[in-house]
Amino acid sequence: MSDASAPTRDRPWVFRTYSGHSSATASNELYRKNLAKGQTGLSVAFDLPTQTGVDADHPLARGEVGKVGVPVGHIEDMSALFEGIPLDQMNTSMTINATAAWLLSLYVAAAERSGVNPRDLAGTTQNDIIKEYLSRGTYVFPPEPSMRLISDMVAYSVDAIPKWNPTNICSYHLQEAGASPVQEIAFSMATAIAVLDAVKARDDVPAEAIPRVVGRISFFLNSGIRFVEEICKGRAMTELWDELTRERYGVEDPKLRRFRYGVQVNSLGLTEAQPENNVIRIVLEALGVTFSKNARCRALQLPAWNEALGLPRPWDQQWSLRIQQILAYETDLLEHEDLFDGSHVVAKRTGELIREARTELEKILGMGGAVAAVENAYMKQRLVESQTGRQRAIESGDLTVVGVNAYTEAEPSPLIEGKQSILKVDDSAERAQIERLEAFRKRRNESEVEGALRNLREVLSNGGNVMPPSIRAAHAGVTTGEWTDALRALFGEYRAPTGVVARSLNGASPKTLEVRDRVHALSEKLGRPLKVLVGKPGLDGHSNGAEQIAVKARDVGMEVVYEGIRLTPDEIVQSARDEGVHVIGLSILSGSHGVLVVDVLKGLDAAGLGGVPVVVGGIIPDEDAEALRQAGVRRVYTPKDFDLTRIMGEIVDVVSESPAGH
Amino acid sequence: MNLADDTRPERRAAARELLEQLEREAPFPGAARIGVTGAPGAGKSTLLDALVRTLRPRGETIAIVAVDPSSQQTGGALLGDRIRVRSGANDPGVYIRSMAARDRLGGLADATRAGIAILAAVFDRVFVETVGVGQSEVEVASLVDTLLYVANPGAGDMLQFMKAGVLELPDVFVVNKADVGPLAERTAGELSSGLGLGERGDAGWTAPVLLTSARDGAGIDALADALDAHRQHLVESSRLAERRQRGGRAFVLEALRRRYGSHGVAQLGGDAAVASRVQASAETSAFALATTLGAEIEEALRKS
Repeated sequence: MSDASAPTRDRPWVFRTYSGHSSATASNELYRKNLAKGQTGLSVAFDLPTQTGVDADHPLARGEVGKVGVPVGHIEDMSALFEGIPLDQMNTSMTINATAAWLLSLYVAAAERSGVNPRDLAGTTQNDIIKEYLSRGTYVFPPEPSMRLISDMVAYSVDAIPKWNPTNICSYHLQEAGASPVQEIAFSMATAIAVLDAVKARDDVPAEAIPRVVGRISFFLNSGIRFVEEICKGRAMTELWDELTRERYGVEDPKLRRFRYGVQVNSLGLTEAQPENNVIRIVLEALGVTFSKNARCRALQLPAWNEALGLPRPWDQQWSLRIQQILAYETDLLEHEDLFDGSHVVAKRTGELIREARTELEKILGMGGAVAAVENAYMKQRLVESQTGRQRAIESGDLTVVGVNAYTEAEPSPLIEGKQSILKVDDSAERAQIERLEAFRKRRNESEVEGALRNLREVLSNGGNVMPPSIRAAHAGVTTGEWTDALRALFGEYRAPTGVVARSLNGASPKTLEVRDRVHALSEKLGRPLKVLVGKPGLDGHSNGAEQIAVKARDVGMEVVYEGIRLTPDEIVQSARDEGVHVIGLSILSGSHGVLVVDVLKGLDAAGLGGVPVVVGGIIPDEDAEALRQAGVRRVYTPKDFDLTRIMGEIVDVVSESPAGH
Repeated sequence: MNLADDTRPERRAAARELLEQLEREAPFPGAARIGVTGAPGAGKSTLLDALVRTLRPRGETIAIVAVDPSSQQTGGALLGDRIRVRSGANDPGVYIRSMAARDRLGGLADATRAGIAILAAVFDRVFVETVGVGQSEVEVASLVDTLLYVANPGAGDMLQFMKAGVLELPDVFVVNKADVGPLAERTAGELSSGLGLGERGDAGWTAPVLLTSARDGAGIDALADALDAHRQHLVESSRLAERRQRGGRAFVLEALRRRYGSHGVAQLGGDAAVASRVQASAETSAFALATTLGAEIEEALRKS
């Protein structure tokens, strides 16, 4: 940041747009266009197979290839993704976690191939596994080896890729999962401590390197619609981090204690109803993290106004980029000192957040830190509770959401007329990616691949750093699935606690009681309690919706079988049969509902369970919803269906109408 | 299994017939019935997962009945917040059924006992997993041949083990998460010495205390062997038949008490009288016995 006393404008934060889809080539074209429009950094969205370490031709990848991001299966994909973009001049953020070490290795290898020295690479790998267990769901390995991989990357990059932020501690996803500001602050600080303590304990990182390591830790925050509180949250975290890094890690240089963070503003609060209102929400949320000079974000990505409807088109993303440019270049925001220094209102709220967050942080450290609080489900349960509270407040009207539970009388929106208001990913993308992968496998030198994988396994078994053998493997032509399989064999795979054992909140609304009576009546008729299976097929790990449905179904008196994320359609069919459920609810947010739901329906038919009704929830465009109903799905729910009690009532209807209900 | 769960009168009659037949005609010793219990978070599900991975390659078929508590207030329950055995998908040799303890519509024992009887006719081994300490051990112990208790390392000092009454019933103890090291060993040590103090029903069997780690698979083979050893001991000492009979009787008493209350049981002369009636009966099916005695109570209640 430039000298505050100079009369010039401050340098703006980095403008990014989280994007990527279909293929490396298609995404490269999009990136170049975005840069030409004035975007100043890149933010790569990877598809779910890449994020969870399976190749495009793996059974679990079915329907998911190129959907929520770009597929990167090997070094040629990575090179194609950045074709014509000078990597030594770019600031690239990668949303990648379980397989972060691998994608960074591919990035380094691609840079080396294009003649760029890794020391000149600047950017960020998200690489925060804790919030994957808590909210986002793209974890692969158990906590312990996952934390080791993170600390390996930190230890490696501090000298070899010194401008890289090896880990970006995320409170973003915690807010999406319902976290209060205090939980956001405390949980992310606990995560940062877990990473730094692990690095500090290593033999290969000398004590004098620790301040530099601390200086490379960055954060990724969310910014919600309560923007005054968001201003205070940023300031609170800046103060807490300064204190923590000084006291716990002995960092003397104030520059290395700076709280550096990027932001993606809130998606949870974006509405499907009257979606044009989202633009106003996004502007206000952007203000929350740019207003305060002393706690201003370093990079900002804004979602598109129509995110709750489906994938945004390039035009939608451009509109969000323009918000940033107007804020940074047209307004006088960057000409002033901090606007809130001296405000006793902001100071008071900031102080409260700091105090409460410190208490919560102490509690987590008392149980053994962030990893322990994942394994004992403490953090997850608190999040499910917070989200349940928020959900209930929207249903009751205590929390006003314009266009959703208030002021719903509206003119039809000219922005969403016609079917072209979202991006449709070409269904042939998956086939094409698999063909490229097969061709690549034929082309590469098998003995080099074998040698590189053997080397990777040896180094890891001997406790060595994951990065050097992974970079070698990237050059040799190892694929994303092969690299991850090698680590799976050593570390095992993990299933995180679902958190749905969370306590019920007290007091049920009259509507809830009414549905509960109907559930009990139907249960008598069925001869046993109404039993529902809540399933999440595919690779999508966003489990908040499924968890809220599971808790609500329990609260209206149903027996709920919920087994967490990442199940194959076959596994869901088997659960439905073994458990003897009366109805199945599927939740899919990755856009792969077409393939996965149909697979479940086919499996049910084949197992003789064709009479068990299926309902589906997710980000599902109208056309797709119609196709699903045609295929036999009884009800389709989208983000506009915020009233969970009503959904429960409809599930009772659906079961009453099914063969079991007669 | 849906039939075993059903409370509608016509289905109950069908279920009863099936169950009585299964109980009378069950081959002896038949499937191994193993209860798995312990405090929440002790790692029962991960341990079961590891056991299945060990036992399936030995060719055994396995069923798991997982019992979760129901909400008293709403009757609802969250089931399956456990690690479903990953190797079980598409394997007809593994069956998992979650059940709610359900106080509104029949108790834990009814549906679970019926479920076990059915599954025991089909699978080589039936595990019954329940959460909690204290009362649930007593109930589960009456349903199974072998009771396995899973302890958390450092789950409390001896006093707490004694208080919870967990030392009396289990046949095999496991301290899971042995990868945490000294703490697990200390817990195992406390358990072993505690076992030496208390009095236990079966003098011919010394309950072993094992260390396992579901995480790295350590001790799982030894646990499988210990479960087999207990079964062999029961068969060889002729205690298996006796144990199942005793469990059946406990079930009949419990079922009558639950259905008709103490007033109902009083119609047959009270607990002690019912106990001796059950003792004297030649009926081998607990379900049939509960039905016969239930009918007598109903008759008596009608007359009074």
